[in-house]
Amino acid sequence: MSLTVKKPSLPSEDKRWRIVSGTMRRHGFSRDALIETLHTVQKSFGYLDKTSLRFVAESLRVPLSQAYGVATFYHLFTMKPPGKHVCLICMGTACFIKGASNLLETAEGALGVKSGETTPDLNASLTTARCIGSCSLAPAVVLDGDTIGNLDPSALRKHLESWKPA
Amino acid sequence: MNPEELEQLATDARAARDQSPHSLNVCMAAGCLTLRSQEVKSALEEEVKRAGAPCRVRGVGCLGLCSQGPLVTRDPGELLYKNVTPGDAPVIVASLDAPPVPRLVCSREQPFFLRQLRIVTENSGRIDPEKVEEYIAVGGYEALLACLTEKTPPQIVQEVSKSGLRGRGGAGYPTGLKWGTVAKSSGARKYVICNADECDPGAFMDRSVLESDPHRVLEGMIIAACAVGASRGYIYIRAEYPLAVKRFTAAIRDARRLGFLGSQICNTQFSFDVDVRIGGGAFVCGEETALISSIEGKRGTPRPRPPYPAQSGLWGMPTLINNVETFANIPAILRRGPESFASLGTPKSKGTKVFALSGKIRNVGLIEVPMGMTLRQIIFEIGGGVPEGRQFKAVQTGGPSGGCIPGKFLDLPVDYESLREVGSIMGSGGMIVMDDSACMVNVARYFMEFCMSESCGKCIPCRAGTAQMHELLTRMTDGSATLRDLQLLEELCDMVRNTSLCGLGQSAPNPVLSTLRYFRDEYLEHIERKRCPAGVCPCAAPAEVPA
Repeated sequence: MSLTVKKPSLPSEDKRWRIVSGTMRRHGFSRDALIETLHTVQKSFGYLDKTSLRFVAESLRVPLSQAYGVATFYHLFTMKPPGKHVCLICMGTACFIKGASNLLETAEGALGVKSGETTPDLNASLTTARCIGSCSLAPAVVLDGDTIGNLDPSALRKHLESWKPA
Repeated sequence: MNPEELEQLATDARAARDQSPHSLNVCMAAGCLTLRSQEVKSALEEEVKRAGAPCRVRGVGCLGLCSQGPLVTRDPGELLYKNVTPGDAPVIVASLDAPPVPRLVCSREQPFFLRQLRIVTENSGRIDPEKVEEYIAVGGYEALLACLTEKTPPQIVQEVSKSGLRGRGGAGYPTGLKWGTVAKSSGARKYVICNADECDPGAFMDRSVLESDPHRVLEGMIIAACAVGASRGYIYIRAEYPLAVKRFTAAIRDARRLGFLGSQICNTQFSFDVDVRIGGGAFVCGEETALISSIEGKRGTPRPRPPYPAQSGLWGMPTLINNVETFANIPAILRRGPESFASLGTPKSKGTKVFALSGKIRNVGLIEVPMGMTLRQIIFEIGGGVPEGRQFKAVQTGGPSGGCIPGKFLDLPVDYESLREVGSIMGSGGMIVMDDSACMVNVARYFMEFCMSESCGKCIPCRAGTAQMHELLTRMTDGSATLRDLQLLEELCDMVRNTSLCGLGQSAPNPVLSTLRYFRDEYLEHIERKRCPAGVCPCAAPAEVPA
């Protein structure tokens, strides 16, 4: 009796699914490639959703519950689409000692959302990190992928206000 | 690849290096890159081209003094320039043969450099981490070849044991003993794992080693695999370190090309290959059994030990797990002999340790010192002390699993035992200095918040205990706590420490216990007088008489 399982077809024509499929192929569709594959999904689509979790789980033959469990266990995976701009505030010990809490408060005020949330118009997301390892620049903030060190609240506010759509 | 071919490669690489009389080396590690060192490098390259100067511009690894970046060194002479901007390129290139530019010079004759002893970071800042040839030129992969051609696996294990090296991940388990256990365990396959999930906030040693000298860690892993008989290896790197991932991946590719990885390495029967696994941002994955779960593609939850991974680890097979810095020590130990390593440090803690100095300290950066140096020497001589005329209050070591060490222990020699005696741990090497503007209750609350949200939820003492302790500490900081809460906090510390499943829970009370031990009066001040001595906490002012 043959035990070959038919691979699910790509969820849509979107080319990014091929990138996801490529990652799984590179790992020989083995079950332990789950985290690696989810990284690829998140990098390609910006977040994980039901369609992608179902597709990855079926392709790797892991229970959907396990895929969902992994996606929600690790902080880096998000199930919500991120905003156009992302403000990440480092809350590592060095940054904390040098006033990262004030920066977080400022950002929450300027964007009108709490940490981990995105503005309703999907313009900006606010997140925190455990430590980005840039302790020499404490307190550090990552704005749209650019690490900026020794930031004071007023400079941060100015940065964030420049993101507001005209 | 045989020893003669390696020697030839090294000679060629050295010749290429010495071809141009001058060399400008720009730090391309995370700290300086954030300060736009890439632009400095491009500006220097352009300027050299324009002026036709006989000079090479290279990207090198971390130069240590991260707070003064971007850093550039000038060879020959090992001159160090600090705070370089792209606009400085013309004067730097114009003065290649002349005395250095005075306003940019950073003296090497200061304790920050003089008091250090570099073994793990010996190549850091001297070689281009993206070129395997440069690593070979400074003696790289010699130790591996010697192990493959001249030593038997038991001999390698014996040499590592003799060196007295202890695990640099924090707990300090003797490395040789661990290797011996894995070597003796039987299994169809064996694995070697490098733990590069450096999640302690305030620690960036592993990041720097991986970004500055990735081949060193890789060579250590290959030697370990040869010693314990493993055929496959993984390195688990945090996703927050994309540059480390990129450089290590490139290192693996280069090592494969030269035949240091793959099947029948250097024409011996030994085959080994390494894969990179990227973490998902979970602190608990630094714990070895949780890390194994994560590599298996599951949630990173720990499991009870024994059996230890050395007997039953990844996919139930014997697995050797060591930290980045442990592996980085291996090539040096085998190349220079275990005796020379064992001659450094204290009787029970041998060798050197890399520390990441940060917080309220003048010289923020990465240092490597012999074990047994006192905290005072590290913080006040190398670190330059506390800036802005403030007072030193405490130093936090070991991250959320460690403790705060007060000023009265500044003359404590830094080794595994002494730190444990005063209620902290060596940890992976983060050292965060706090001045009198820090509130210790608030610091304890900060770490408890960390442990609470990082608790994986598998065992109840940690899952519920950290949440309760956080609640109690929050009450203290907002001024609603009573003395009964303090007693409850102490009871909870004891319970969580003794009944949690893994290291995360067992050590979660450490920051609270150590601050309670040395700064109890601050807790009492918060509880009895509703006052925060440092003025950090939003303690309610003593009930005012209503108007």
